[in-house]
Amino acid sequence: MASQEVLREEPSRGSFINDPKIRGIFFQVLVVVLLVAGVWWIAHNVIDNLTRLRIASGFGFLKGRAGFDISESAIAYSSDSTYGRAILVGLINTVIVAIVGIITATIIGFVIGIGRLSQNWLIRKICTVYVEVFRNIPPLLVIFFWYSGVLAVLPAPRDSIGLPFGSFLNQRGFYFPRAVWGDGSWLIFVALLVGIAMAWFVARRARQRQMATGQQFPVFWTSAALIVGLPLLAYALSGFPLSFDYPKQSTFNLTGGFQVRPEFLSLYLALSCYTAAFIAEIVRAGIRGVSAGQTEAAGALGLRSGSILRLVVVPQAMRIVIPPLTSQYLNLTKNSSLAIAIGYPDLTATAGTVLNQTGQAVEGVVIMMVIYLAISLLTSLVMNWFNAKMALVER
Amino acid sequence: MQEHDMSWVRTEMVLAQPAPASVTGLGAWVRKNLIASAGDTILTIVGIALVAMILPQIINWAFINAVWTGPDRTVCATVAQGGIQPDGWTGACWAFVNAKFGQFMVGRYPIEERWRPILVAILLVALLVPMLIPKVPRKGLNAVLLFFVLPVVAFVLLVGGMFGLPHVETSMWGGLLVTLSLSFVGIAVSLPLGIVLALGRRSKMPIIKTLCVVFIETVRGIPLITVLFFASVMLPLFLPAGVSFDKFLRALIGVSLFAAAYMAEVVRGGLQAIPKGQYEGADSLGLGYWQKMYFIVMPQALKLVIPGIVNTFIGMFKDTSLVIIISMFDLLGIVKQNFSDANWATAQTARSGLIFAAFVFWLFCFGMSRYSMYTERRLDTGHKR
Repeated sequence: MASQEVLREEPSRGSFINDPKIRGIFFQVLVVVLLVAGVWWIAHNVIDNLTRLRIASGFGFLKGRAGFDISESAIAYSSDSTYGRAILVGLINTVIVAIVGIITATIIGFVIGIGRLSQNWLIRKICTVYVEVFRNIPPLLVIFFWYSGVLAVLPAPRDSIGLPFGSFLNQRGFYFPRAVWGDGSWLIFVALLVGIAMAWFVARRARQRQMATGQQFPVFWTSAALIVGLPLLAYALSGFPLSFDYPKQSTFNLTGGFQVRPEFLSLYLALSCYTAAFIAEIVRAGIRGVSAGQTEAAGALGLRSGSILRLVVVPQAMRIVIPPLTSQYLNLTKNSSLAIAIGYPDLTATAGTVLNQTGQAVEGVVIMMVIYLAISLLTSLVMNWFNAKMALVER
Repeated sequence: MQEHDMSWVRTEMVLAQPAPASVTGLGAWVRKNLIASAGDTILTIVGIALVAMILPQIINWAFINAVWTGPDRTVCATVAQGGIQPDGWTGACWAFVNAKFGQFMVGRYPIEERWRPILVAILLVALLVPMLIPKVPRKGLNAVLLFFVLPVVAFVLLVGGMFGLPHVETSMWGGLLVTLSLSFVGIAVSLPLGIVLALGRRSKMPIIKTLCVVFIETVRGIPLITVLFFASVMLPLFLPAGVSFDKFLRALIGVSLFAAAYMAEVVRGGLQAIPKGQYEGADSLGLGYWQKMYFIVMPQALKLVIPGIVNTFIGMFKDTSLVIIISMFDLLGIVKQNFSDANWATAQTARSGLIFAAFVFWLFCFGMSRYSMYTERRLDTGHKR
């Protein structure tokens, strides 16, 4: 009895050293102290070094004159523009190559991924070889391969390779006809927008009607007719305002048309091919993650194979596919920074040049990091929204 | 009338019959795998056309028309380009790879000292191979030699400057030597660091948790090039005047920190997959935090995420090629640098060199992924939920 009471009075706690709460607080305080000391030491050194090297600090340099040229720019830029504008040009170039690359990589990736699950032995093997080759070599090597191995050894402009639709391929890149929009072409864009809006409206009404009455409506063909037909109609009504500026061969170079430089081309092709291999694996895993019972049950309900794919398999596979797909998109965007190796003026390349010219390493690296983090966050936000839309609605 | 005739009952089993001809043999395989339906047949024809178009070209280029040996660019250039090959010839220039092979392996490492990296490579293979074969005994001793003794020996041998070995600057290193040493150290540092970060992220101490989350998410959100930039231009600013880091070491720090953040997320996935009962069971046995992690949680968690860990290793191995941006010459960098050698500049040089480098990278990465699949199967105890 007595000993029990003693136990109850004194819950055995041992010393303070073994109390997890106190230990936790102690370690956290220790970490904070070490961190603050480290940061203080680094800041002290940085200030020391900067004053010794006579490098200014702060972001005032962004307003200074850049003084270097950028070979590719979507917005007006010259060497008289500011450093800030140079970085903006780089950012736009990064976004352009990332978006175009993501679209192409998704298309190739889905085709290869579905091909790996094909009943056809030959197609399966071809797709497997593609995936195993591209997954196991560095992306930078693929970029160099396109740049120095393929595009650099194309013929000189004089013997350009002619391609369909009046486009040409040579050492200096890919040339294709540039569309010239004449008077009244705004009507076409308006018609396109109206067509998309109407198609969306039709799809909504058709779904509501099917929910209510069970009657189906050929949504796809109607939408296609609206989206393609209305702009065509507007094109005819406004008197065919569209013409093309074809690239023409002269003695030493091609004139006219739209030129895609080899730097952009090799970066774009390499990123697409490389990322497509990873997307293919994700798609394969997603489709295999939907159990065969789902397909069989849908078949037993009398759905046709197209409907099974569209209504049963794909929605479930997408749930598995979207999160890893998001990280592949982010990887592609981050890998676009490899552009610096072949001289495509992306964000890293222009910010790197600015950094070298001004010597303001800290600010330069901080700008790069913040922009890439912002792009990453934005992409994940969009994909998370899409993911939430596709997520399983449980009752 | 309704009664069945029961006068005969089979008393012995019928022998197994061979499968009908329609489901065995080559014909059935072709029917099932190549021409199952009209669409399938079209796909097969397209596939055969594709293979027939590409494969002979590749074989012609890489083997039949290839030049294997030669003193300089003339063997790989056509007559019009100032060489000896007939006009219109295209083929791989393996002679270039052959002539530069030493450089591709160890970079500008002095020729009379090249036995040192070779010796390190031999030691590495001699220790790594028994480590990878499960049947070979004495894994503990092997691991100590591989992860603790070998790095010291390799450091002494490669850097030199003691025991009468002349000092070799790391700026002289290059080729596969740089690729392998960066990835070996990167792997050895990033796994433990990643585990610590993952534990920190799941810790109940708010400050430590926040720090780990901020570090992991920041590093994962930026490209490796930015990290390398950071390591090459900002680290020197962080140190007191006069103290400077070796460039090789800076790249190592950058690559290791980068891989550690990715590793942390992989390990966290494993930690989350371990049921709560395992943690509670360990607690009820009276194990402390580190004992619980070391004996109970980690062995299960790490086993679950072997594919993820190896994927991170492969990613890091490929990413070491980016050190070219901060002007270090790994395998890819040294191959690219040699394109500008006027002695070997032909239309085929770049392609041949890059395909050689791709083959080496592919061999390592493919080997790693196959070994991870094998280990996964071997460690699969059938306790999957």
